[in-house]
Amino acid sequence: MTIQTSLGRRGFVVGGAAVAGGFSLGFRLPFGESVAHAQSVKELNAWVVIHPDDKVVIRIARSEMGQGTLTGLCQLVAEELECDWNKVSWEYPTPGENLKRNRVWRNFSTGGSRGIRESQQYVREGGAIAREMLIAAAAKQWNVPVAECSAADSKITHKTSGKTVTYGAVAAAAAQLEPPKDVKLKDPKDWKIAGKPLKRLDTIDKVTGKQIYGMDYTMPGLLNATVRACPVIGGKLKDFDAAKAEKMPGVKKIFAIDGNAVVVVADTYWQAKTALDAVNTNWDIGELGKVSTETINAMLKEGLEAKEAFVGNKTGDAQKAIDGAAKKVEATYSFPYQHHVTMEPMNATARYTADKCEVWCGTQNGEAALAAASEAAGLPVAKCEVYKLMLGGGFGRRGRSDYVRQAVLAAKEMPGTPIKLIWSREEDMTHCQYHPTTMAKLTAGLDAQGNLISLQIRLSGQSILASLLPQNLVNGMDPIAFQGLMQSGVEAAYGYDVPNLMIDHAMRNPHITAGFWRGVNVNQNAVYMECFMDELAAAAGQDPLAYRLKYLKPKWAAVLKAACDKAGYGKPLPEGRFHGIAQVMGYGSYVAGVAEVSVSADGQLKIHKITAATNPGHVVNPAQIDRQVAGSFVYGLSAALYGEITVKDGAVEQTNFDTYNVMRIDEMPDVETVLVPTNDFWGGVGEPTIAVAAPAVLNAIAKATGKRVRNLPLMNNDLKKGA
Amino acid sequence: MAVLNVNGKAVDYTADPETPLLWVLREQLGLTGTKYGCGIAQCGSCTVHIDGSPVRSCSVPVNAVGTQKVVTIEALAENGMLNKIQKAWVELDVPQCGYCQSGMVMAATALLAAKANPTDKDIDEAMTNICRCGTYQQVRAAIHAAAKA
Repeated sequence: MTIQTSLGRRGFVVGGAAVAGGFSLGFRLPFGESVAHAQSVKELNAWVVIHPDDKVVIRIARSEMGQGTLTGLCQLVAEELECDWNKVSWEYPTPGENLKRNRVWRNFSTGGSRGIRESQQYVREGGAIAREMLIAAAAKQWNVPVAECSAADSKITHKTSGKTVTYGAVAAAAAQLEPPKDVKLKDPKDWKIAGKPLKRLDTIDKVTGKQIYGMDYTMPGLLNATVRACPVIGGKLKDFDAAKAEKMPGVKKIFAIDGNAVVVVADTYWQAKTALDAVNTNWDIGELGKVSTETINAMLKEGLEAKEAFVGNKTGDAQKAIDGAAKKVEATYSFPYQHHVTMEPMNATARYTADKCEVWCGTQNGEAALAAASEAAGLPVAKCEVYKLMLGGGFGRRGRSDYVRQAVLAAKEMPGTPIKLIWSREEDMTHCQYHPTTMAKLTAGLDAQGNLISLQIRLSGQSILASLLPQNLVNGMDPIAFQGLMQSGVEAAYGYDVPNLMIDHAMRNPHITAGFWRGVNVNQNAVYMECFMDELAAAAGQDPLAYRLKYLKPKWAAVLKAACDKAGYGKPLPEGRFHGIAQVMGYGSYVAGVAEVSVSADGQLKIHKITAATNPGHVVNPAQIDRQVAGSFVYGLSAALYGEITVKDGAVEQTNFDTYNVMRIDEMPDVETVLVPTNDFWGGVGEPTIAVAAPAVLNAIAKATGKRVRNLPLMNNDLKKGA
Repeated sequence: MAVLNVNGKAVDYTADPETPLLWVLREQLGLTGTKYGCGIAQCGSCTVHIDGSPVRSCSVPVNAVGTQKVVTIEALAENGMLNKIQKAWVELDVPQCGYCQSGMVMAATALLAAKANPTDKDIDEAMTNICRCGTYQQVRAAIHAAAKA
């Protein structure tokens, strides 16, 4: 089967020409230069298509949402393929095609900083297998032994005769050959494309306005829709009055979906939005209307002292050791609900007929979107398809398919008509799956010399798995509640060796949906642990770095030392400036940050500089890691400074950027990234650094002001002298 | 039917006069490079130039535009050549998800037109656009690079 037949469908191919070299060529714009899909061109394998003109199309299953996974994965395939990087472009296979082909592209899910670390092996093999097939085809054509041929820069060379042939010239013949069973992957030491600071493959269209996001997608006959769901998550629609709205210009249809939302379909979004504003709705919110941030906090506080809790990490006898300690230190921290606030509000386009349902959208999980489409349409998965578009931000939000479901339900009301369902920013802000709110009570026992001999951490708060994936709970426990504090593992293991340790979780689940939010539970767990380590160092009268290094395991310690060395930690700083530090392991990588801050007498915080170290194991693109690290501080510090979703009468109070502030360029500190790869594992980089942003800054603030901020966001705390 | 001057051309459109310019550009004229982010002039994703000044088109009723000249991201490149800001954006690999970048490029282009060599403070004041991927460090560097180009 040739995949182009099915992939050539309108709206499917979302390719981009490589821009490398474009600068020196005077920026010829690739208008109209989408990836050509001649039906005659056969793939070498699922990952690689080579056209007769040598153009290389690499198929990427993970979703690009700014994190650079697309470019990194292409680098890994191209490295093994030995192709010319300037000839590389890319495309998304569809989730439906993946299922038809026995999941040849494996996992589409794009979250957990997984793109590279979990697909590197098979995508590199895809490139290597294609290369071997190209070499074999050339050798066959020349009638020479394969061993005498080698490949580089999209050409095969016969060593003995010096003959060469381009990939494009032998690709068709190579596609007929049996793929080799075993291929040897290159030693990363020999990498020429991977490991290099190459530019992204998806930039040009993003600076010319040509890039099509879900919000921009259109097709003939498309109508626009918008939705208002019950402002109280979990509430129902009692009834609605659309008499006035129905008569408004452009309005085509107004109806309820899922028993909890009203949809207006109109010619344009603006007409739909204006009409929806004129629809009167009555909601049934029942007891949920009594829930507020105060009641949620009371629930979590109760959990801090509760008898029952799930044990996530235990060594020795923490309680006994604390009882016998020379000194006891205790502190309680809290972390609010937060919103992802992708720049592009949720949206999806769907077209439904009795025997087919198609969806065009940005999604972090094409297969989950396909499943949601199938369920909403009431059609088998084989009769549904999802065409992935560029995401205007994901951060975990677009891993959930609630907006896909709504678009399909809306399209079902008007069979045959493509419906683009757009959430207003207000709808988006109030119907998220939020970063869970948690609290932590930390209790430590120190010996007479100030050594940490015992530590208890009681986490209390919401479980993401209970909210979104209850089937993944383990005997009721949510293992990912312990991210960053886990006993072991390659994901998010605890870095300190403490002889007596007890970390447990009292699960308390309010009705607000909790979900994956870039960095997930590592974020608050790092605040709790890393701020408390500074409190312990202070109680022991010791330096926070020296104190940590007594307990940190080697890889955790090394990355912290690297950040501190680069930042000049311990050396004199300009008057009024202070350093704060933090480290964590998350998403397979080891990261640390040093924040340099000052706080004026009237309480104004200035974050001057961040020095961040990352050990991601193997480095696939150092320039993109730099950007992920700098961006992680924007994300993490936005949350630390301002991020707070509050609840009143059961509903989220914040509605837009005027009530949910985020960092802008004037608050952006200078971020310096230090890469300290040990080249012995594969870690992710999209998320881990976020977790060190808040604790590094909070620790620096404590040094600057003597105030220990234990409740986020910072905006709720007065840093003024004497306050 | 009414007329707007967009990207150097007189264009016809049909919309309620109160419709924000943003939605006329996107839905009537097919100029989807200008993005919807907040609808309340906070995020800057919808930034266009009106008579050369950066304006948040989500909060400008189309009937207030009159005969003023509207320029969108689609018209910054001329004869296939990117402008200085766009070139610097590509050279420094600024965009991540890219959704806010049309607005960023429009705001930065207007800044350079007003101040050929902006200081960091000028950049802080002019570039109030929100980017959630956190490209601010690259945005600042690219504006300085473009000023020198």
